[in-house]
Amino acid sequence: MADEVVLLDFWPSPFGMRIRIALAEKGIKYEYKEEDLRNKSPLLLQSNPVHKKIPVLIHNGKPICESLIVVQYIEDVWSNRNPLLPSDPYHRAQARFWADYVDKKVYDLGRKIWTSKGEEQEAAKKEFVEALKLLEEQLGDKTYFGGDNVGFVDIALVPFYTWFKAYETFGNFNIESECPKFIAWVKRCLQKESVSKSLPDPHKVYEFVVEIRKRIGIE
Amino acid sequence: MTDIKLHGFWYSPFTLRVKWTLKLKGIPYENIEEDRYNKSAQLLQYNPVYKRTPVLVHDGKPLCESMIIVEYIDEIWPQNPLLPTHSYHKALARFWVKYADDTFSAVASLVRSSNGEEQEKAIEKIWEHLKVVEDQCFGDGKNVFGGDTINIVDIAFGPLITLLVVLEDALGVKILDDEKFPHLHSWYNNFKDVPIIKENLPDQDKMVAFIKVFREKLIASS
Repeated sequence: MADEVVLLDFWPSPFGMRIRIALAEKGIKYEYKEEDLRNKSPLLLQSNPVHKKIPVLIHNGKPICESLIVVQYIEDVWSNRNPLLPSDPYHRAQARFWADYVDKKVYDLGRKIWTSKGEEQEAAKKEFVEALKLLEEQLGDKTYFGGDNVGFVDIALVPFYTWFKAYETFGNFNIESECPKFIAWVKRCLQKESVSKSLPDPHKVYEFVVEIRKRIGIE
Repeated sequence: MTDIKLHGFWYSPFTLRVKWTLKLKGIPYENIEEDRYNKSAQLLQYNPVYKRTPVLVHDGKPLCESMIIVEYIDEIWPQNPLLPTHSYHKALARFWVKYADDTFSAVASLVRSSNGEEQEKAIEKIWEHLKVVEDQCFGDGKNVFGGDTINIVDIAFGPLITLLVVLEDALGVKILDDEKFPHLHSWYNNFKDVPIIKENLPDQDKMVAFIKVFREKLIASS
C-alpha cells in the first residue's frame, strides 16, 4: 500500500523548509499544498486546531505538527535511509539541544531585526551574531553539524539562510563578514540537492519581507 | 558503575521533571542543590549556553534542558517507558510536551506579576492554554495523558500544575478551576497520589513560602 504524504506549507517558511529537506533526504514522494495564511484552508484548521499554523505533515490522513517533531517523525518512520539523527543517545540529545537552540534564538532574533529599529534592532543584531558564532563553534571542523551528511541541526538551521538578505538589508549589516564559517557551511549545504531544491531564492524572500513590512506598516 | 548527578533546585518544576523520571525508573543518582544566586562553577561549565538548571551529568557528560534530559533517560533506561513506541503517538506526545513548555511562559508571567491587572492578564493567558489541553487531550478514546501508568506528557505537565496549585495558595487566586477544567483537574488529582509522585512532591508550605519571597525579590528588582 502506497504511503500518502501531504505537506501543508507556505513557501517562505523556514519551518516548512525543514520538512521539505527531510522528505527529500529520505526520498519520500509527497504532495505539496501551498496555504494562503490570510485564508487558511479547512484542512489546515482541522489538522492543526491548536495552533492553526503551517507546516503540517499529513501521513495517511494523520496530521503531525511542529517542524522539529515532524522531522523526528520522518526519521522514525523512514528509518532505513539517510539517518538524520545520530544513533548514540548522548549525541542525539546534543542534536536535539542545538536544534532547540536554533528554535529559541534564530527565528525570534531574525524577526526582531526586520521589524524593529534603533536600540532594539542593534541589540537583536548583536545577539543574532553571537548566536551564529556559537553555532559556528559547535560546527567546528565538521563538514556539517551532522558530520559527513546533513543532520537534524543542519536541517533546523539552514532554512534561515534564505532570510539573511532580508535581515542584512533591514538590519544594515553583513552576516558573512561577521560569520564566514557559517556562510561556508551554508554553501556546502546548498551543494546538496535535497537542500537546494527545498529552499526558495533569498531574493524572493526579501521581496516578500518588503511586502509584509508595507502591509504591517513598518517605515 | 554508572555515575549520575542532577544539578537542580528543590523548588524548580524543571528539575522536578527530571527527578520524577529518575525515581520512576529506579535510577540512583546524586542530587546537587544549586543556589540560583550563586551558581557553582561546575554548573556554569556544564551549561555554558543557558547557565541554568537542571543539568544531568551522566558519567561526566552533561545534558541540559529538562525534556531533552527526560527523553535521554527514557532511551537509556527503558523500564517504565515514558514515550510511546508507535511513531505517530510519539509525535503526538512530543507535541503536548512542547505545549507544556509553551504554557510555562504564561506561568512565569504570573510569577512576575506585580499588580492586580498584570495578575489577571497572566491568569487569562494560563486559562487559554489550560482550555486547549482540556478540550484536546481528553475524552473519546484520547489517551494523551497517562491512565494507569505515568507517561512523558504527565511528566511534562505535572510540575506545571503543581506550581499552579502553589501559586493559588500564595496569591489567593483560583486557577485550576474544576468547573472550567474538569478532566485536567481529575487527572491531576489522580496523578499527585501516585506513590512515586506523592513521595517526591516538594513540601507545599515550603513552596508557598519560597514563592512569596521569590516574587518579592523579582518585583523589587524590576
